[in-house]
Amino acid sequence: MSTIKLDNVTKCFGQTKALDGVSVVFEENKIYGLLGRNGAGKSTLLNVISNRLFPTSGEVTIDGIRVFENDYALSKIFCMSDKNLYPDTMKVKEIFEITKLYYPEFDMNYAQKLSHDFGLNINKKIKGLSTGYNSIYKIILALSSGAPIVFFDEPVLGLDANHRELFYKALIDKYSEKPATYVISTHLIEEASDIIERVVILKEGKLILDEDTETVLAGGYAVSGPATAVDEFCKGKELLGQDVLGGLKTAYIKGKIRAEELPENLELSKPDLQKLFIQLTN
Amino acid sequence: MMTFNFDDEKPIYIQLAEGIEDAVLSGAFPEETQIPSTTEISVGYKINPATALKGVNLLVENGVLYKKRGVGMFVATGAVEKIREKRKQAFFDAYVKALVLEAQKLKITKEDVIGMIEKGFLK
Repeated sequence: MSTIKLDNVTKCFGQTKALDGVSVVFEENKIYGLLGRNGAGKSTLLNVISNRLFPTSGEVTIDGIRVFENDYALSKIFCMSDKNLYPDTMKVKEIFEITKLYYPEFDMNYAQKLSHDFGLNINKKIKGLSTGYNSIYKIILALSSGAPIVFFDEPVLGLDANHRELFYKALIDKYSEKPATYVISTHLIEEASDIIERVVILKEGKLILDEDTETVLAGGYAVSGPATAVDEFCKGKELLGQDVLGGLKTAYIKGKIRAEELPENLELSKPDLQKLFIQLTN
Repeated sequence: MMTFNFDDEKPIYIQLAEGIEDAVLSGAFPEETQIPSTTEISVGYKINPATALKGVNLLVENGVLYKKRGVGMFVATGAVEKIREKRKQAFFDAYVKALVLEAQKLKITKEDVIGMIEKGFLK
């Protein structure tokens, strides 16, 4: 078991509430997308769960056990972030060996295979790596860690299109072979949206959405046409947001709309996850 | 191999199921042959394994595919006929209704539409 539960978690930095009463459950062996604009609290959330930050109030538990200074809970989490936690004079292969000490399930053969696939020279020192390879060696650590809970905080930072594709495929492959709870925090929503089973969205430290990706996509519609007709149609409906271009308007609506109830001069379409995200977090 | 774009408005598992159906119709996956595993499908198309499983299970329920324990997923005998029958029913809703609606919007007469359809068949 490895279920993460946050109960009314608040984290303050001085006057700023980076997390504001967040309650959410990350269920075992699901792939989550943790989304939010810059400064929404995504990294703070991951850091609170992995005990790198203490919550100001509220509680984080893994399988009912508090994570606060608890080795059992922490041994279950591998947290990949853009931060470098090792001296930059260390070689990649030395970091693999150190990680093996902390994560006994670390798969050295798999790490070496992935390094080869990504074209990463493991004899190189960290300080000699490009931005892309700095992300890549951490991706490899995370995928090889064997931890039942893995956080990816902006995993594809600086990766070219080929390497991003390789990462998503490696992630699905690993997940199929050995399921784990993956929480992926990313700004590149479109390319990750087909992989994510459940979406968690933060806005200004608050949880504003926690739903299955399929439900989110099924529950949002875009209606476009002459502005006055769109306004008339939207009366009494839950509006997420709108785009205006001259006399034309596109309104984003929450809930189900049947094509039959639509006036002739309006067009119905389905916005993708990224468009819905923009409307929800604007 | 299956080709489909995931920009469609339908849920991905339904698009996947339709993509496999298309491959069966085109003969890419003949009856009584094995199709790729759900892992191969989810890795190949970068979709969540749970989604891939849902799409494949839909076709198992419809009798298009069947599972051989420990071996994999196979196309059932009679699958092509089954899919054609189902698609014919959906054809009216998806194409004819939309065609009439668009024709009305553009003020194309019924006679003109029929003429166009006939022309389409000549090509």
